[in-house]
Amino acid sequence: MNFLGKLSWDAVPLHEPIIMGTSAVVVLAIVFILGWIVIKGYLPYLWREWITSVDHKRIGVMYIVLALLMLLRGFADGIMMRSQQAVAAGGAQGYLPPEHFDQIFSAHGTIMIFFVAMPLVIGLMNFAVPLQLGVRDVAFPTLNSVSFWLTASGVLLTNISLAVGEFSKAGWVAYPPLSGLQFSPGVGVDYYLWALQISGIGTLLSGINFVTTILKMRAPGMGLMHMPVFCWTALASNLLIVAAFPVLTVTFAMLLLDRYLDFHFFTIDAGGNPMMYVNLFWVWGHPEVYILVLPAFGIYSEVSATFSGKPLFGYRSMVAATMTISILAYTVWLHHFFTMGASANINAFFGVMSMIIAVPTGVKIFNWLFTMYGGRVRFTVPVLWTIGFMVTFVLGGLTGVLLAVPPIDFQMHNSLFLVAHFHHVIIPGVVFGAFAGYHYWFPKAFGFTLDERWGRRSFWCWFIGFHLAFMPLYVVGLMGMTRRMQHYDNLDWQPWLMVAGIGAVVILAGIVCQVVQLVVSIRDREQNRDLTGDPWNGRTLEWSTASPPPAWNFAVLPYAAETDTFWNRKQRARGKRDERAQEREYDPIEMPKNSPTGFVTAFFAVVTGFALIWHIWWMAGLGAFGALVTFLVFAFRHEDEIEIPAEQIARFDRAHPVGVVI
Amino acid sequence: MRSCVLAVFLMSVAILGGCSEGVLDPKGPIASAERQILFNSTGIMLAIVIPTILATLGVAYWFRSSNSRARYLPDFEYSGRLELLVWSIPIMTVILVGGVAWVGSHDLDPRKPIASMVKPVTVQVVSLDWKWLFIYPDQGIASVNQLTVPVGTPVSFELTSSGVMNSFWVPQLGGQIYTMAGMTTRLHLQADHAGTYRGAAANYSGAGFADMRFNVDAVPAEKFALWVDAARNAGPVLDAQAYADLAKPSKAVTPFTYRSVAPDLFNGILSSGMQADAASRHTHQPSQEVQK
Repeated sequence: MNFLGKLSWDAVPLHEPIIMGTSAVVVLAIVFILGWIVIKGYLPYLWREWITSVDHKRIGVMYIVLALLMLLRGFADGIMMRSQQAVAAGGAQGYLPPEHFDQIFSAHGTIMIFFVAMPLVIGLMNFAVPLQLGVRDVAFPTLNSVSFWLTASGVLLTNISLAVGEFSKAGWVAYPPLSGLQFSPGVGVDYYLWALQISGIGTLLSGINFVTTILKMRAPGMGLMHMPVFCWTALASNLLIVAAFPVLTVTFAMLLLDRYLDFHFFTIDAGGNPMMYVNLFWVWGHPEVYILVLPAFGIYSEVSATFSGKPLFGYRSMVAATMTISILAYTVWLHHFFTMGASANINAFFGVMSMIIAVPTGVKIFNWLFTMYGGRVRFTVPVLWTIGFMVTFVLGGLTGVLLAVPPIDFQMHNSLFLVAHFHHVIIPGVVFGAFAGYHYWFPKAFGFTLDERWGRRSFWCWFIGFHLAFMPLYVVGLMGMTRRMQHYDNLDWQPWLMVAGIGAVVILAGIVCQVVQLVVSIRDREQNRDLTGDPWNGRTLEWSTASPPPAWNFAVLPYAAETDTFWNRKQRARGKRDERAQEREYDPIEMPKNSPTGFVTAFFAVVTGFALIWHIWWMAGLGAFGALVTFLVFAFRHEDEIEIPAEQIARFDRAHPVGVVI
Repeated sequence: MRSCVLAVFLMSVAILGGCSEGVLDPKGPIASAERQILFNSTGIMLAIVIPTILATLGVAYWFRSSNSRARYLPDFEYSGRLELLVWSIPIMTVILVGGVAWVGSHDLDPRKPIASMVKPVTVQVVSLDWKWLFIYPDQGIASVNQLTVPVGTPVSFELTSSGVMNSFWVPQLGGQIYTMAGMTTRLHLQADHAGTYRGAAANYSGAGFADMRFNVDAVPAEKFALWVDAARNAGPVLDAQAYADLAKPSKAVTPFTYRSVAPDLFNGILSSGMQADAASRHTHQPSQEVQK
């Protein structure tokens, strides 16, 4: 038996200039950045303050950095697909052969859902939820760090596949039998499965962590119905994670058993049933849509209320709508395969259920509308994202309801119409929301606001680019073009696909604007300092502490027995300086201690995953053993908290006076 | 906001531009009915979506902070009547579209035969890597990547796959249905006008997927009979061995016909079909060369 399993030099695609060039650039960039960090002596700082940090704010920031980096990777895949389809018409084959194109669209979907949208949403929840709840951390801080690093492990494995071996060519849904050993004997599907298994465990742990935090750790006095709506949507989203991710993990485990140990869950012979995978995948897959979009809805709620200077309209309706969506999310999965040949009654039932989800979603749209009604709307960048979302999303929802009508779905399923639809809901729904949240909470995280001008430019590029890139896909879908075509013979489609390609370039301009925005904002940070902790005249508790907040978030836990506590307190104080700040008494605070557990676990997870992908059994055993030892070391730790002396807290508060003390 | 207008404009262009071919240019009763449902549902929803978009833009603009004429209502956060309204508008829309969906699902159930005085033609469809096999059991012939059907006659499809799942789709005749190994799906379509229509493999199935298309020739009944006769007098015989050869992965196969088909071949593919799988297991290597 080979010492390195299936791994050999043949696994590195040296003959592929595109792949090797990209890999070389990525490796050089990583070496350069690491070298710079080491030479500048930042490594101890990075290790102490970030890598081993269990502070939810730091972990949230790391999630978002990870997501934004992967957005670049996923977008690069996307623009390659668009440019390939813009040229590969008639007899032309374009510049991407099928085996490369097939990996690109599989990687694009996998990365965008699991490694962009998920970390964006989880990162924002990590950052904002404990602050909004008025608490000092999540329920299980070290577990939170483990979650993040496991997600990062999945990201790393996915990116290793670029240079070592290949990625899956079975699409991001990896339906068997195509993804089975018989039709995908290579390591691509194994990369996909192990990367998602590892990051999926991280996500499940996050879900447990947040459900516990929200249910058990609110500020004194804060009942569930006093929580900011973002916390409600986070609760719904995490309940969905806890219920849905185990399904995905088990489904993938079954596919892995098929591939590794010759089981027959999803094979076409020996009694296997590939269609069971399709069902199970979407039992996770449809709730996943709401896992992503509900927190974004929460962000829109916060943004529309804050920048209208008004409470959210219909708070109870919003909560009811959110929870209704999270339940209905489990009753619609079959609409992903109406064309499988189920009976008319079954198709009709799932079609109608899918439409019913549009009701609470519609309610939310109207409530945001009435939140702005009678307000004083400040057109900051987060508001632009919100309004851009509202006007775009209703049309995306319209095409969604169309696809929920089984006879229409028979025609539009698997066409570019479908591709246009889900980008039409996910980009405005999730991505715009995450960008709004990024701009909204950035000053809280770093103590200075982001540049508005470059933010507006970025918004307009994204907004226009999105429409240019995806509206033509509806057209070619109606003209009969199926998705995932490496080339096509119908020249009538080509002009539309060229327009879509231009749209992708405009979106690229939007991304460039965001990079420039970040650079400009860091350059001008002294002018844009947020010294009050409340740059937007906010309503919720996160704005009542300094920007950036200290590790302990709140020197004294706030008492918050109403919605919009901070806003109401400001109204009562009416601009007068709160005198209580001076006579405040401080107690020492116990904070969780930094821990390298997450990072070390992730290291062993990557080793194990990589070894399993390449059938290097001894290495897989070693990795699993290492992870177990890490867990034991953590479990037998002597102390897990450090005490922050009252004097230090008092000193911080004197240095960072806030307007109103709660 | 201008791009929003652009979006609506593009949607209407889509409806016009798509008329030459595809879903919006139906050539049979099923595709026509499906298009009608598409139009009805879109119409119902646009009636609520367009006002919502305009109201969003209008409200946001009017209540901009610089507009001193707009009334500031800092405590306007609940209104029972408005709540009733915001829940009932989408509910009513969904009741309408849901009704359309329920009725449409039953009327256009792919398994439901098309009511017609004309005796239907049966076609057995097998999706292979990466081509389509059409068996005409009553005529005893078969064709690859080429489907010929008589105009005005219901076509009753029985579909399966040799291995990887696929989806059989002829947009101008009607909606698609999956093909799955070891299972049969049913579909009923009819062409009302003579012509050549594009057929597609709608579910991604691997490296040769992009070339896995076929044409549907809808021809008058007498021409169909001539085509059948011609097919019976030329081409190879489709027996188990020929099927095993055909099942080996190949790309962009030029259409051809089989002059006869071993009886019960389709059921053989359905029940065991493993012969073909064994064949593809050996040849389905990543390095496998393209056969044009």
